[in-house]
Amino acid sequence: MRLQASGVKLGYGDRLIVDGLDLGIEAGTVTTIIGPNGCGKSTLLRALGRLLKPQGGEVLLDGKRIDKTPTREVAKVLGMLPQAPTAPEGLTVADLVARGRHPHQTWYRQWSSDDEGAVAAALDMTGLADLAERPLDELSGGQRQRAWISMALAQGTDLLLLDEPTTFLDLAHQVEVLELVRHLHQEAGRTVVMVLHDLNLAARYADRLVAMRAGKVISSGTPHEVLTEGLLREVFELDAKVIADPVAGTPLVIPIAPLSARG
Amino acid sequence: MSATAVAPRLHGIRHRRLTVLVVLLGALAVTVVLSITIGSKSVPVSDAWHALTAPTGTENDLVIRSLRVPRTVLGVLAGLALGVSGALMQGHTRNPLADPGLLGVTQGAAFAMVASIILLGVDSLLVYIWFGLAGALVASVAVFALGMVGGRGGPTPVTLALAGTAVSAFLAALTSAVVLLDEQAMDVFRFWQAGSISARGADVVWQVLPFILAGLVLAMINAPGLNALSLGEDVARSLGQNIALTRTIGVAAVTLLSGAAVAACGSLAFVGLIVPHLARPLSGTDHRWLLPYSGLIGAALLLFADVIGRVVAPPGELEVGVVLALIGAPFFVFLVRRRKPVRL
Repeated sequence: MRLQASGVKLGYGDRLIVDGLDLGIEAGTVTTIIGPNGCGKSTLLRALGRLLKPQGGEVLLDGKRIDKTPTREVAKVLGMLPQAPTAPEGLTVADLVARGRHPHQTWYRQWSSDDEGAVAAALDMTGLADLAERPLDELSGGQRQRAWISMALAQGTDLLLLDEPTTFLDLAHQVEVLELVRHLHQEAGRTVVMVLHDLNLAARYADRLVAMRAGKVISSGTPHEVLTEGLLREVFELDAKVIADPVAGTPLVIPIAPLSARG
Repeated sequence: MSATAVAPRLHGIRHRRLTVLVVLLGALAVTVVLSITIGSKSVPVSDAWHALTAPTGTENDLVIRSLRVPRTVLGVLAGLALGVSGALMQGHTRNPLADPGLLGVTQGAAFAMVASIILLGVDSLLVYIWFGLAGALVASVAVFALGMVGGRGGPTPVTLALAGTAVSAFLAALTSAVVLLDEQAMDVFRFWQAGSISARGADVVWQVLPFILAGLVLAMINAPGLNALSLGEDVARSLGQNIALTRTIGVAAVTLLSGAAVAACGSLAFVGLIVPHLARPLSGTDHRWLLPYSGLIGAALLLFADVIGRVVAPPGELEVGVVLALIGAPFFVFLVRRRKPVRL
């Protein structure tokens, strides 16, 4: 297990959002967390990425308590992209990606050939080499998201946590970003945990799905095991039909109506 | 494009930045020469060189060595300090209209100086400056402490700005009350408030030098952390940056730099407001370059304004603070209208 949460209690102030949750992330897998709005999936991801300290229980990164490990050591192993990150105006793609090298730099040694190689490789892998000198705010949404992922790649971690990397993107750009994630996983053997809203894309691009509701894991396993008509009723309160995706063979959800609409 | 083709471009960006740095150093050198040679008594460059390298006690030698050089060095130090602390302040608050005065240093220094005059009967410039420095430090620590109340993991830009405004308003009220009671305090305060680098002498330079040097070192240590922080606190933390430590170092640097500059030269915080806007188009958003560029532009601008003040109203002089406001304010309005200030 690369990452393991056991009995974590998570919340902000007095409000507990996740109360005693267990989850394990195996090396070399793409795990996608799904669930309705407010179910605690982003909160869980923040705890896995050490952005939120559990009020109870523990998160283990490679067997060690993540909250007892120095931030910088964690940042060399685990990269995390929050939802809809913002950059200062005028920041170029190359500058953004170069900032991914931050955990490897000290104040007296700011730039090395390792850094340069990592930045060049990250730009290359995300197909942004030609846009390196362009300001981020001139790019399309999909290109911008690829630039952020490129920054996380330059960080050189083999564990990546992505919080809704496809938010605000049109379908073509969503697929573009997820193809990049699949590429990272297949070619570079990275372990990825992400939160996604689109169930059909989640099913197509994940090895494992984790379905959450009200701070609890309701079901986890392969997309076929998790995405059933019964689970959609239980987790999303949605009456739906699940068929096989004619392209990928993964489960495809055809929504019918929310349960509340039925008298 | 392959990875090997990207590398030369990255090199190109670094080369361009170094070139700009050299150009700015050259511009500063030119203003230094102007500041040493031009004034109510103009001195030819050859005489100035003579005064610096082999003084023989001529009148020009005296003017240069006892007046012009300390004035110029103080201008360079104050300009560096205000430019760098302005860029730090705008970076930390992510507010393009922030200036170093936001931490309460100006009002803190003003109040401590007038209080020292009226309560302790202090009447020497060197002693006022110590009080001004202490007042600036205490005010900024108070702002920082107030800014932390109720926040988790260090003050946020918003609580800092609120605390700074409140503390500044309180101290300004106290200062007004004190100077209304005491004529001597009023005179010192009026002169100090205009902002000037003249008639300070070499001992003032030595007095503020250690604080400004320490502040510059802290600022450069802070630059990479500030780069990470400008991507948002979550991204900064996932890049391994300690947020509270970065903010604390930043505030300490701003306090030392602007506190020393303001105590010695009066309220020139305006430099800290406009200079980062001049530097940013050249440096981009990387604070490792923005901070040195802002410092160099601040120093050149302050000296240039001071030289203008010496020649514009003979036989008298206009205070550098007044010149900066007169030429700086319209220029800043022009800048804002032509190119909207970037979102930080």
